[in-house]
Amino acid sequence: MEPFIKHTGVVAPLDRVNVDTDQMVPKQFLKLQTRQGYGRVLFYDWRYLPGEKPNPEFVLNAPRYKGASVIVARANFGCGSSREHAPWAILDYGFRAILAPSYADIFYNNCFKNGILPVTLSNEQIDELFARTEKREGYRVTVDLEHQVVTDDQGLRYSFEVDPFRRDCLLKGLDDIGLTLVHEPRISSFEAKYLKHPAMYEAVDVKHHSDSPQSARHN
Amino acid sequence: MAARTLYEKIWDAHVVREEPGQPTLIYIDRHLIHEGTSPQAFAGLKAAGRKVRRPELTFAAMDHSVSTKNRLLPVLDADARGQFEALERNCAETGVHLFDMNSKNQGIVHVIGPELGITQPGQTIVCGDSHTSTHGAFGALAFGIGTSEIEHVLATQCLTQFKSKTMKVEITGKRPHGVTAKDIILAVIGKIGIAGGNGHVFEYTGEAVRGLSMEGRMTMCNMSIEGGARAGMVAPDETTFKYMEGRPFVPRGREFQAAVDFWQTLPSDTGAVYDDTLTLHARDLAPMVTWGTNPGMVTQVSDRVPDPASFSDPVDREAATRALVYMDLKPGTAMEDISLDRVFIGSCTNSRLEDLRAAAKVVEGRHVAKSLKQALVVPGSRVVKAEAEAEGLDKVFVAAGFEWRDAGCSMCIGMNDDVLLSGERSASTSNRNFEGRQGKGGRTHLVSPVMAAAAAIEGHFVDIRKWNNVDGVE
Repeated sequence: MEPFIKHTGVVAPLDRVNVDTDQMVPKQFLKLQTRQGYGRVLFYDWRYLPGEKPNPEFVLNAPRYKGASVIVARANFGCGSSREHAPWAILDYGFRAILAPSYADIFYNNCFKNGILPVTLSNEQIDELFARTEKREGYRVTVDLEHQVVTDDQGLRYSFEVDPFRRDCLLKGLDDIGLTLVHEPRISSFEAKYLKHPAMYEAVDVKHHSDSPQSARHN
Repeated sequence: MAARTLYEKIWDAHVVREEPGQPTLIYIDRHLIHEGTSPQAFAGLKAAGRKVRRPELTFAAMDHSVSTKNRLLPVLDADARGQFEALERNCAETGVHLFDMNSKNQGIVHVIGPELGITQPGQTIVCGDSHTSTHGAFGALAFGIGTSEIEHVLATQCLTQFKSKTMKVEITGKRPHGVTAKDIILAVIGKIGIAGGNGHVFEYTGEAVRGLSMEGRMTMCNMSIEGGARAGMVAPDETTFKYMEGRPFVPRGREFQAAVDFWQTLPSDTGAVYDDTLTLHARDLAPMVTWGTNPGMVTQVSDRVPDPASFSDPVDREAATRALVYMDLKPGTAMEDISLDRVFIGSCTNSRLEDLRAAAKVVEGRHVAKSLKQALVVPGSRVVKAEAEAEGLDKVFVAAGFEWRDAGCSMCIGMNDDVLLSGERSASTSNRNFEGRQGKGGRTHLVSPVMAAAAAIEGHFVDIRKWNNVDGVE
């Protein structure tokens, strides 16, 4: 994962509340087997008219937001499906940071696994960012994870909170699995005790429960 | 020890490593996977040279993209075929048990887990699918994860997690006639909004919840995520134990008794403290229909499409305005006057035997409206399908003009060829009415199985409470 330390970029506004992950990556693109290449289909149904012609009504298609790498968004961003294709598409499109008043839990978590920083700001701060984005073409902000602050060149300075562990992983671009595997002895000792739990594991025996037609009880 | 909630008890029992200022490493008892979100996880594992740590604790099913027509025909969709083949290969290489599309036990992962007894009280259960919350109906801690976390569970059988807040969602009193588990959960989401549960795990309690079958509890827990909560739970009780006994992956005899003894320790202690509480009275509830583009945009069937101007928050007003444009609905329209093109009875929310029985009773001796293009019944699993057929439900549906299909996710997500066409309107027993969810430009109204069945007969929504001769209302 690419570390996120500090990022400066053009801001694109997505002024809709409750943007769900079905909109970020519609279902027809969930049949691929890669983590790359979803940038082209990000917000597909909003972004394209029939024949994949860019929809001029959709904000990301406006020339002034070409090359944007920060999204300012509304509350509960990323709700719905757990599909990690959503952050994959956001990253692949070129976004590195999101600014919103709140996020859905699974999406928020998925962002950190992919080097995207979802910044939580107040509604008033988000309103101000929308206003500034609209007012000035090419409006840019700097999102500084190390100092936990969003700034622009007009004196805006919003500090933000982020969990220290998540911050550290993102700053260093750490591999989660590698971090957990450091604790392998702990996992093994937990398992050794836990497997004796009478209610937990005796039940799992695929050999004795073959894929037979009547394997579920009639009631 | 201080009084603990069900959630806290399960959490505590699964802590592998806990350090101040860090997320907790918790052990995962059951890992469910499907073709849609798992291939990248296996590829990542392979690229890093890592192994599946406990293959016997992961169960795989093909559900999202499977055809609900003839399973024996070749899969024409090359991308879907690629995912099926990848799942087969990945399971064969790692020793994960797969219920493939031709298995007698195939079905939606959230239907077959409970049905086979893979899902058990007190467990931690995860799956790369947000509707994993379904399994919480058994008093398990079950939640959806992303693909990176699937890979993490495959490699370590653990997850790093932050502890959630808890919300007690209490439904007092008895359910009125015509009000199902689906209506209760839609009413909850309507009340708190689709972000109301963010950061929380719900625990559903109260007489109306206790009175639900396991199927009804699964319907409620399934849609916890639609209220923003990653997980929803119901404390295990006699209804749970009775459901569990004799299922293929559930221990027998003395071991079963030991399991029940353990399960009985799980319910929240008297005096356990929740971070939030929501109380609804069952007597105030009614059959629900969504009018907008998220499950929180919902009202009672006897009500009307709201006027966006009636929303005080400008953001909500704008969202409602957009939703009504997408849904092609005018404020003030009676919900019962909304006509439909297709009806879908299925999905991990409402495709179990009880759902199909209830819907069949509504349609028995009647016929779907001529104005309808399609009425579809898709059992949640092949076991449900076989049981329904043994009772003759398939014949009831077919005689009434429904199509009777093979098991899968089908029109809930439209990854196979069961879709809404642009501009079409559905009554659907599924869980999401997002823009384009059932097909680009499609318009979805979420309802219970009996409401969907009655709507199919009339061609528009009807208040099932007026159908006094229908006792198929749970």
